[in-house]
Amino acid sequence: MISLTINGKKRKLDMDPNTPLLWVLRDKLHMTGTKLGCGMALCGACTVHMNGSPVRSCSLPISAAEGAKIETIEGINSPAFQAVQQAWRELDVVQCGYCQSGQIMSATALLQTNKNPTDADIDTAMSGNLCRCATYHRIRGAIHQAADKLGGKA
Amino acid sequence: MNFLKRQTIQAQQNSRSSALSRRTFLQAVSAGGGLLLGSGFLIGSASVAAADKSIAAASTTAADAPVFNAFLKITPDSKVTMIVKHLDMGQGVSTGLTSLVAEELDASWEQMQWEFAPADNHRYNNLFWGPTQGTGGSSSIANSWMQLREAGAAARAMLVAAAAAEWKVPAEEIRVSNGIISHGTRSSNFGAFAAKASLLPVPQKPAVKDPKDFQLIGKTIPRKDSNEKTSGKAIYTQDIQLPGMLTALVAYPPQVFGKVKKVNAAKAKASPGVVAVVEFPRGVAVVAENFWAAKKARELLKIEWDLSACETRSSDELFKACHDAASKTGISVKNAGDAIAALAKAKQVIEAKYELPYVTHAAIEPINCVVKVEKNSCELWFACQMPTIDQQQVAAATGIKPEHVKINTLYAGGSFGRRACPSDYVVDAANIAKQIPGRAVKMLWTREDEILNARYRPMAVHHIRGAVSSRGKVVAWQHHAVAQAILRGTPFEGFIQGEVDGTVAEGIEDMHYTIPNLQVQATEIPIKVSTLWWRSVGHSGNAFVVETFIDQLAKAANKDPVVFRRKLLADTPRALGVLNLAAEKSAWGNSLPEGVARGIAVHKSFGTWVAQVAEVRVKDDGSFKVERVVCAVDCGVAVNPDVIRAQMEGGIGMGLSAALGEAITLKKGVVEQSNFHNYPLLRIDAMPKVEVHIVPSAEMPSGVGEPGLPPIAGAVANALFAATGKPLTKLPLGNKV
Repeated sequence: MISLTINGKKRKLDMDPNTPLLWVLRDKLHMTGTKLGCGMALCGACTVHMNGSPVRSCSLPISAAEGAKIETIEGINSPAFQAVQQAWRELDVVQCGYCQSGQIMSATALLQTNKNPTDADIDTAMSGNLCRCATYHRIRGAIHQAADKLGGKA
Repeated sequence: MNFLKRQTIQAQQNSRSSALSRRTFLQAVSAGGGLLLGSGFLIGSASVAAADKSIAAASTTAADAPVFNAFLKITPDSKVTMIVKHLDMGQGVSTGLTSLVAEELDASWEQMQWEFAPADNHRYNNLFWGPTQGTGGSSSIANSWMQLREAGAAARAMLVAAAAAEWKVPAEEIRVSNGIISHGTRSSNFGAFAAKASLLPVPQKPAVKDPKDFQLIGKTIPRKDSNEKTSGKAIYTQDIQLPGMLTALVAYPPQVFGKVKKVNAAKAKASPGVVAVVEFPRGVAVVAENFWAAKKARELLKIEWDLSACETRSSDELFKACHDAASKTGISVKNAGDAIAALAKAKQVIEAKYELPYVTHAAIEPINCVVKVEKNSCELWFACQMPTIDQQQVAAATGIKPEHVKINTLYAGGSFGRRACPSDYVVDAANIAKQIPGRAVKMLWTREDEILNARYRPMAVHHIRGAVSSRGKVVAWQHHAVAQAILRGTPFEGFIQGEVDGTVAEGIEDMHYTIPNLQVQATEIPIKVSTLWWRSVGHSGNAFVVETFIDQLAKAANKDPVVFRRKLLADTPRALGVLNLAAEKSAWGNSLPEGVARGIAVHKSFGTWVAQVAEVRVKDDGSFKVERVVCAVDCGVAVNPDVIRAQMEGGIGMGLSAALGEAITLKKGVVEQSNFHNYPLLRIDAMPKVEVHIVPSAEMPSGVGEPGLPPIAGAVANALFAATGKPLTKLPLGNKV
């Protein structure tokens, strides 16, 4: 039995402890905003927050999340997330959109720790998230815009 | 897929028998019956039924007639729902097509919503493809341009007529603006008149607006899909949840064209959560209660494969075979003047031999499909790119009548051509689900499955010889393109015109440069690897070849690449237009910082001209970075400038990804790549700043989904050529020169 908190709700999971967190979210809890892309922590489509830090849920066995606080795109609501989401919408960042939950979770994590990231900071923080539509140019712009909006209060 | 367009246009011009054979070939079927839509009043539904009858009477023209009355419905709460006949895979058609209707309807953008159309080859066909519903060839806006404007204009006229009758005033005196119908002091929303309007006759040729009156077309309006795609709420195939749904993972042979010889599934069947293990023609599927159970059980399968029909050569041998073919005479696809004689007379002949690798689509959403087979019907949920073809193929696989195969189209998490593929994953999913009747089965591919079963952009080899005159003109160009055909051996083989697949030399035989002696030959090389259209198809590699060779010729002529091109494009004003705009906006000719070089490329694909200038910083150790790209595009009327910009940015990013690092290679016939560690995609740190400039135009709109991709590889290679003086003729370029 593994206990963890997902989007503020305590969960007890009686499952194979090797099950990746991604499949608990998707197949058991039907939270499908977090996506499968590669299954090897190479693309970032499955990014969620564990204790506030971005992790790749496709490669994180639930046994490694015992007692952790998990936040997904469905539950996160920090000021940084709100600013990121708003900027994403104002700049119409999305194209196919499939990777964007992961992009937004990584961008939120960045702004929660770095109030005023440079392009280089953004490239470093976001380089684990692939976007085949190559919305990268707008992602950079949206993160700057969200940082401006937060005005250093992230 | 411009050859589809070409074929269709030609078929339309040809005799009746040609059109019929095309129809038979596609085995196109009518979904018939009523529309599978939600509640609301479908404008002109009576006329749709009449149109069905006329098509049932075997008219050969009605299928291509505009069926504008099937595209929108208005509910009493004044919500206008636009029926989107194309797949939205990120290119923004849900926004673009909806705006065409909204414009002519004089609706407010906020009241517009949309949903994907059901499969229906005469109501929702691609007008460029005859009676086939499908998305590709950057044709969605182009083929729908007048059809949807007329649909909106017709609905507007019907609302006005209903209001005129109710208010007892002349229709001409009624105004419609921003979703409000008004006359004098009276006004109403659309909802109040929707029911009455829907019963009126549909105007056959409704007047559309003068472009100067456009309120939405040409303006920056927000995408309709941004909110749900930034909240995790957008539903992709991957996300479908149905009662009792099972998950299927497939063990495919390690090479395409392999077959199952012997299966031992005992351990897999005994694995927790497994419901069934089923064989089907292309593999063995483990069907389980969830993904993880299916994945663990799949690892327990013991399968012997018959690989006797599979490729055995390695990439270097395949390239050698291509070079051998290129050194022989190919099939002539263009022969203007006498290139051989002109080259014999030339003082200096420039020669180049190119190699382009297989590349794969690698959309971030791996391939998947949900199918539920009942006794006499079947329902699918997936990102369907060719609805009426998939419907027909599922019918053939399951023995269910096509009209009882219902397709629910969902967002695609990228496609880039991959989901427009007959006899492939959709048929696999149906073959699995039919063995578990009554249960919805979600077939998922992992990334490894996806790369193994990818259908690659063909590898290619080009041999070129060219010469320039002392006055800096190209006097001769002799070109032999060798590549595997895309359509040969597929259900689309009938689309190949002439002796050679048109994708081998597209963008070369019809290059926009004026060259008096131009000889283009093409040769198909058979390789036992599955191929498919990859964003911009043949143009993706051919533009690189043509544009870098042009720079080699410019250097031989001792001319600046832009000045050189200007002369060759004097007869092609729209090409010249993008060339000049890109040159101006990039300040071509002005000095650059130390270590930075520029390169330019211009290419037309799918009716759209694009020029790109790449600024590349080359370090002392030879490593380089593309820092900035200035892009000029002429796609006719710019329906949605921001979506156009986005598609150019995306095309540049994907093209750069392939140019720098993508290659599928074979070792003794086996694909060597499996996931993003050995098939690296462009990441944000390699993405340049991009500036997009749109040429103002009143021409018919053409596509933007693909044309942004072809020029970038050539623009970057030309910048590196300028920096080092060394021409680059192989892709990928890698990260060093």
